[in-house]
Amino acid sequence: MSLTASGNRKHRAGLPQWATLPVMLGGVILLYWIVVGLTIPLWAPYEPTMLAGMRFQPPNAEHWLGTDALGRDVFTRTLYGVRYSLPIAGMVIFCAVLIGCTLGAIAGFVGGIVDSIIMRLVDVTLSFPPILLAMAVTAALGPGLGNAAIAMVIVWWPIYARLMRAQVLTVREREHVEAAVASGATRPRVLVKHILPLCWSPIIVNATMDFGQVVLLVASLSFIGLGAAPPTPEWGQMISDGALHFYRWWIAAGPGIAILSIVLGFNFLGDGLRDFLDPRSK
Amino acid sequence: MSTYIVRRLIAMPLLLLGVITVAFLLTHFTAADPLTSIIGERQMNNPAVVEAARARWGLDRSLPERYVIYLGNLLQGDMGTSFRTRQPVAHDLMVRLPATLELVISAMLLGTIFGVVLGVLAARFRDGPIDNIARFFALIGASAPVFWTGLVVLFIFSVQLGWLPGPGRIDSRAVAPPFVTGFYTIDTLVAGDWAGFRSVLMHLILPASVLGWTVTGIVSRMVRASMLDVLSQEYILAARAKGAGPLRVLINHALRNAMLPTLTILGFSFAYLITGAILTETIFSWPGIGSYAVAAARGLDNPAIVGVTIIGGAAFLITNLLTDIAYALVDPRVKLSRQEGS
Repeated sequence: MSLTASGNRKHRAGLPQWATLPVMLGGVILLYWIVVGLTIPLWAPYEPTMLAGMRFQPPNAEHWLGTDALGRDVFTRTLYGVRYSLPIAGMVIFCAVLIGCTLGAIAGFVGGIVDSIIMRLVDVTLSFPPILLAMAVTAALGPGLGNAAIAMVIVWWPIYARLMRAQVLTVREREHVEAAVASGATRPRVLVKHILPLCWSPIIVNATMDFGQVVLLVASLSFIGLGAAPPTPEWGQMISDGALHFYRWWIAAGPGIAILSIVLGFNFLGDGLRDFLDPRSK
Repeated sequence: MSTYIVRRLIAMPLLLLGVITVAFLLTHFTAADPLTSIIGERQMNNPAVVEAARARWGLDRSLPERYVIYLGNLLQGDMGTSFRTRQPVAHDLMVRLPATLELVISAMLLGTIFGVVLGVLAARFRDGPIDNIARFFALIGASAPVFWTGLVVLFIFSVQLGWLPGPGRIDSRAVAPPFVTGFYTIDTLVAGDWAGFRSVLMHLILPASVLGWTVTGIVSRMVRASMLDVLSQEYILAARAKGAGPLRVLINHALRNAMLPTLTILGFSFAYLITGAILTETIFSWPGIGSYAVAAARGLDNPAIVGVTIIGGAAFLITNLLTDIAYALVDPRVKLSRQEGS
C-alpha cells in the first residue's frame, strides 16, 4: 500500500523521469542503511555486545543513544541491527517471490486441476491474519531468527502466487503469444520467453513495498520473543528490552526510529517505482 | 453480482475447514515435544510420568485419530485444554475476548474519526500544507512499529506528563467491575461506578490511539480520494450555486457520498488491527486474546495456539467476506448499470 502523493508530482528539469522526490528520499534512506550495514564493523565506536559503560546512561557525548540495562551502547547496537533486518527481509522476499511466482505462473499457464490445487492452497494460507500464522509456524519450528524467516516465507508466497497468476492469465491472451504458439514454440518456451518477461513490473513494485512490511514483521516476531534471542542486536529484540524499562526511553528509541526509517524508505521507493513501472495505477 | 456472493458463501466453510486443518497440523509438527511444557524438563526422564501424561493429554493416539477427535470436539465448542492455564481453551478465549474487542473497537472508532477528518481536510485543501501534514501523519502511523509507538506514548503521556495511566485495563488498586458484558466501559457504568468508568476510559485512550493510528492512514487516503472524486461532480456545483455554505457542501453533500466507498476498507484495516492488537496488548499488559496468543506461542501451549489461530482465521475470513459483499453492494459501477437497465 502507498500513502504518498502521486497527483502533484513535479519533475525537475535535468533529472530522469523516475527521480521523483519520494524515490530519491527512499533511495537515500536505504542507501544509508546499506552502507552502514556493510561498513559498520570498521568504524563502530563499540562492540555490539560489549559492556561499554555504566548501565542506563541517558544519551551523552560518549554514548549518543545512551546505554541499556547491561551497559551496552545503544547507538552501536542500533547500527548493527541492520545487519540482521535487511538481509533477512531480502532473503524472505527473494524466497517468497521465487516460490510464489513459480507456482503462480504454473497455475496460470497450466490451468485445470493443478491451478485448482495451487490456488486453494493460496486461499487457505491467505485466510490467516499474517502475524498469527507466522507466530504459529515459528512456535512449531522453535523460536529463532531463521525459523521466523521461514515462517514469513510461508506467510508471503501466496501473495506473489496470486499476482503472478493474474499476470500470466492476462498476458497469455495477447497476440504475440498466439503468434509464438502458431510458429511452433514449445509450451515451456512460450511461458519463459514470451509470457514471463511481461509479468514482472507489478511483482517488483509489490516486492519493494513488502520489503518494509517484512522488516516490520521480523521485528514484531523478535519483539514477542519468537525471533532473535538475546544478546543479538536485533531491533525487535532491543525494543523488547526497552519495554521492560520504558521510563528510560532511549533504549528503544534507536531501534524504533531505525525500523520506522526503513519502512518509510521502502514505502517511498515502492510508490515511486509503481508510478514509473505501472503508470495505469496512478 | 449475487452469484459472486453465493460463491463466496459456499467457499466459506471449506476455507474454514482448511484453516482448522492447517492450524491443527502445524502444531503437531513441532520441533519440541509439547510434553516438556506440560510436565517440565526434569520429569521427561521419568518414563512412568511421561507415559501417564501422554495418555492424560491424548498424545498417545495417532494423528488422524486426534484430528477427528479435535474436529468433533470443536463442533461442540470444545477446543481442548490449555497446557499452560489448565483451563479449557474456549473458556480462556471467551474470558479474554471482550478485552480485545473493547480495544479493537475503540481503536477502529478513533482511527476512523481521525482518518475521516484528515481525509476531508486533505481533500478540501488539496496539495496545500494541510494535505501534506495529514499525509505525513498517516504515513508515520502506518510505518512505525506499533510496539515502539506504544512505548513512546506511554513515556510521554504517562511518565513525563502524568496525564494518563500506565499499562493495564483499570487502576491496579481498583477492583474489576462485576461481569456483565466483559467490556469494562459498560460494566462499570452498569455497576454505577463512575470512578471506575473514568479509570477504564483513561486506560483505554493510549492503547486505542496507538492501535487506531495504524489504520488512520488507510482511512484518510480512501476518504481523500473519494472526496476529490465527489467534489468534482456537478451536483456539488449545483449545491454551491444554490447558495449552500462551504461547510454544508463539504459535510452534507460531499462527505455523505464519499463515505460509502470508505466502508469497504473495513476488512483491509482489520488485518492491520489484528497484527496491531497482538503487539499493543503486549506493550500495555492488556489481558486480551493477543497477549494470550503471545504467551501460548512462547510456552509451546499447542491447544491454545491452535485455538487462537482458528479464531483469528475465522474472524479474518468473516470480515473479508463482509468487505467483499459491501464492495459488491457499494461499487458505483454496479449501481450505474442497474439504473441504466431499469
